[in-house]
Amino acid sequence: MIMTVNIGMAELKALNHPGILVTLGLGSCVGVALYDWKTKVIGLAHIMLPSSANAKKIDNEAKFADTAIIKLLNDMYILGARKENIVAKLAGGAQMFTLNNNSDIIRIGERNVMAAREKLAELGIDVVAEDTGGNFGRTIEFFSSDGSLKIKRLGRDTKII
Amino acid sequence: MDKIDFNKLSSFQLDVLKEVGNIGAGNAATALSKLLKKKITMCVPNVRIMEFKEVSYMLENAEKPVIGLLIQIVGDFSGYILIILEYETVGLFLSNLSESTSVKFESLGEEFEFTELELSALKEAGNILAASYLTALSDLTGLRACTTVPGIAIDMAGSILSFPAIEMGKFCNNVLYIETGFYEGTNRIKGDFILIPALEAFEVLLKVLGASEL
Repeated sequence: MIMTVNIGMAELKALNHPGILVTLGLGSCVGVALYDWKTKVIGLAHIMLPSSANAKKIDNEAKFADTAIIKLLNDMYILGARKENIVAKLAGGAQMFTLNNNSDIIRIGERNVMAAREKLAELGIDVVAEDTGGNFGRTIEFFSSDGSLKIKRLGRDTKII
Repeated sequence: MDKIDFNKLSSFQLDVLKEVGNIGAGNAATALSKLLKKKITMCVPNVRIMEFKEVSYMLENAEKPVIGLLIQIVGDFSGYILIILEYETVGLFLSNLSESTSVKFESLGEEFEFTELELSALKEAGNILAASYLTALSDLTGLRACTTVPGIAIDMAGSILSFPAIEMGKFCNNVLYIETGFYEGTNRIKGDFILIPALEAFEVLLKVLGASEL
C-alpha cells in the first residue's frame, strides 16, 4: 500500500518510499519538493510566506520558506535521507489576482519562489526543475518512486517535471 | 500591532461579526437579485475560524473551478471582499449582463476562456456587489471606506481562497473569514461573499459596534 498524504497550507511532511505527497489548489504559496535519490525519501512543504525574519514568534515553521526548508530537511534526515543526495523541485508561486496597486501582497508568489530558491542555494541544494509563476493554480503530486512531480492545471494539460 | 488569536474572540464578538456579514451580504444579495432578475436566497452568515490547512477546503472541493472576484477595501477600515461564483452562476451573470445571449452554461463547463467583454462584465458585477456590501457596512458603523477595481481569477477554489489567507498569515496563526453563501431559487449553493478584515479592521469594527471588550 502506497502512502498518500495531503499537505495543506503551512504544512510539511517527509515520507519513506513508497509514498506520494499531494497538495491541491496551490496558488501564491510555493510547494518545495525535496527528493533523496538514494533512499527515495521525499518531502513536501506548502509555504505561505517568504521569511520568518519579521515574525515575533515562530509557531509554525512550515509557514515560512526559510524555516520550512530547514524543518523539512531535518524530518528527511530522520528518515535516513542525506543532504548530498537531495535535490529540489519547485511549483506554485502564482499571482492569482491583479489589482491596480502593486502592493507586496500581490507579488507574494514571486517573493515566495525567490525566498525558496535563496534558502536552497544557501544550503547547497540544487533546484533541478521548477514550474512557478503565472496566474493560475496548481495541484501537485510528488512520487517517491522516481522523484517526479506531476502538475495539474485547470483546463490545461498535465505536466511532469 | 499585536496579533490576534481568533479563537479567543468571545461569542458576543463573533455574533457582532456575523451581523456585519448579515447586513453586508444582505444588501449585496439584493443587488445580485436585481442584476440577475432572479430571486436570491441568502444563508445565515458564518464566521469561519480556520487553520491554514483547512482554508483550501472551505468550499469542500479544493480543485473545484470557480470564479473569484477580489476587491480591496481601503479607508477607515481595510481588508478584502472575495466573491466566489460557481460556473452556473457565471452563465446567469453573463446572459443578464451582456447583450450576448449566446453565452450558455454548457460552453463554460470545459472551457476556461472568457472574452474581454465577459471578464469586464463580471468585474463590473463584482464592483456592484462589493459596493453594496460596503455601503451597508458603512451605514451600520459610520465608517467610511471605498473599494478598488476587482481583480478576477478563474481557477481552483483552493488557489483562490488561499490568497487572502496569506495576508492574514503575516500576523496570525489562523484565519477568520466572514462568509455568507447564497442560493438562486431552490438550487444548490451558487456562490459566496467572504469578508476578510485586515488585522486593524477587527479592532475598528468591534470598537465601533461596542464589542471591543473581550
